[in-house]
Amino acid sequence: MIEDGRPIFVQIAEQIENDIIDGTLPEEGQVPSTNEFAAFHRINPATAGKGVNVLVENGTLYKKRGIGMFVSPGARERLLVARRDEFEKQYLRPLIAEAAKLGITRDQIAKLLQKDEV
Amino acid sequence: MSVVEISNLTKRFGSVLAVDDVTLSFEPDVIHGLLGRNGAGKTTLMQLLTGQDFATSGTVSVFGATPVENAHVMKHICFIKESQKYPEDFRVKHVFKNAPLFFENWDAAFADKLIGEFRLPLGRRIKKLSRGQLSALGVIVGLASRAPLTFFDEPYLGLDAVARQLFYDRLLEDFAEHPRTVILSTHLIDEVQNLLEHVIVINEGRILVDSDAEELRGSATTVAGTARAVDAFTAGRTVLSRQGLGSLAQATVTRLSAEDRSAAAAAGLDIAPVSLQQLVVSLSGDADTAAAAASSATTVSRKGQER
Repeated sequence: MIEDGRPIFVQIAEQIENDIIDGTLPEEGQVPSTNEFAAFHRINPATAGKGVNVLVENGTLYKKRGIGMFVSPGARERLLVARRDEFEKQYLRPLIAEAAKLGITRDQIAKLLQKDEV
Repeated sequence: MSVVEISNLTKRFGSVLAVDDVTLSFEPDVIHGLLGRNGAGKTTLMQLLTGQDFATSGTVSVFGATPVENAHVMKHICFIKESQKYPEDFRVKHVFKNAPLFFENWDAAFADKLIGEFRLPLGRRIKKLSRGQLSALGVIVGLASRAPLTFFDEPYLGLDAVARQLFYDRLLEDFAEHPRTVILSTHLIDEVQNLLEHVIVINEGRILVDSDAEELRGSATTVAGTARAVDAFTAGRTVLSRQGLGSLAQATVTRLSAEDRSAAAAAGLDIAPVSLQQLVVSLSGDADTAAAAASSATTVSRKGQER
């Protein structure tokens, strides 16, 4: 889903990254075309193209002339490293801040984490 | 090269300035949104661009020439108007018989497919069509014309939600296959915002925003919280709108940096994105904030053009 307030091309790039991380798009696998992204998300093709190009420029995807876009070898591992770096900032810090607001200690958080068997 | 170049264009009807010193260009193969309130000057602007009216002053150049009385320019243009007039006793099928004479890229197979999808009765007289069917007729002609420069002026009065979605889907699909310059004027901003690559907001005949749609997304943010915290945070910023409720308040401000966001969060404020529709409402609602906002929006558009 496309949400308000953030550039659409950034969201398209993130969704492709997510698909690579969870294996929906395997390495050396072909990525849908810009027009397919545009039709699926009901967005302007130029905007979809911009999202794809972000990933071509940073090496996550590569182009085969006249054939299409493919996932680069090693892309998944690089994305995982980058996302793990972001994990603390994006998920852990807000969790600790919210817990502090509610008077939940770090020990209690640790216990909750161990209890949750998901 | 731009498809349309407008410079210092003015159109006056008596004491009313419908278009006020507008300088603007439309780029090839881009879907533009022309947004604004009723009477903002959208239709007048499109009439000037399609040679249907004479400018009071200023110049319009379409495909490098004036559109007025210029058959060479006009054959590349399709203008779908909200209130298109057809000859008396015309039936729907007569429109499709004549359309290929006006549009050299006309695709009859595509038109037939759309006629089926929009369930348009070919044998019916135009004046017996419902408002929605009349709009569907215009939309089909506009799409199947594949004109290098296509104007849709409020094309879907009376069209139901299913038909509007069909229009958006077919427009995007066909645009992807056959890129062309599209100028779409509409009030249903929420529905079309993701289709647009470039956005122009016009208010009282003047251009308020001329910007890449992606630049515009996230160019305004609403902060909400206690009135004291909101006012402390918004002091010195461009405030597009502000509402208060007792000790609570919310204000819409222009572009926030990542640091601004952390500062707002630290001050206990809630931050929410502003949709294109809300932004246009904020911009064209009230003259004073509109003027302040226009200056910040210009900054937005300059950034957009640098890239």
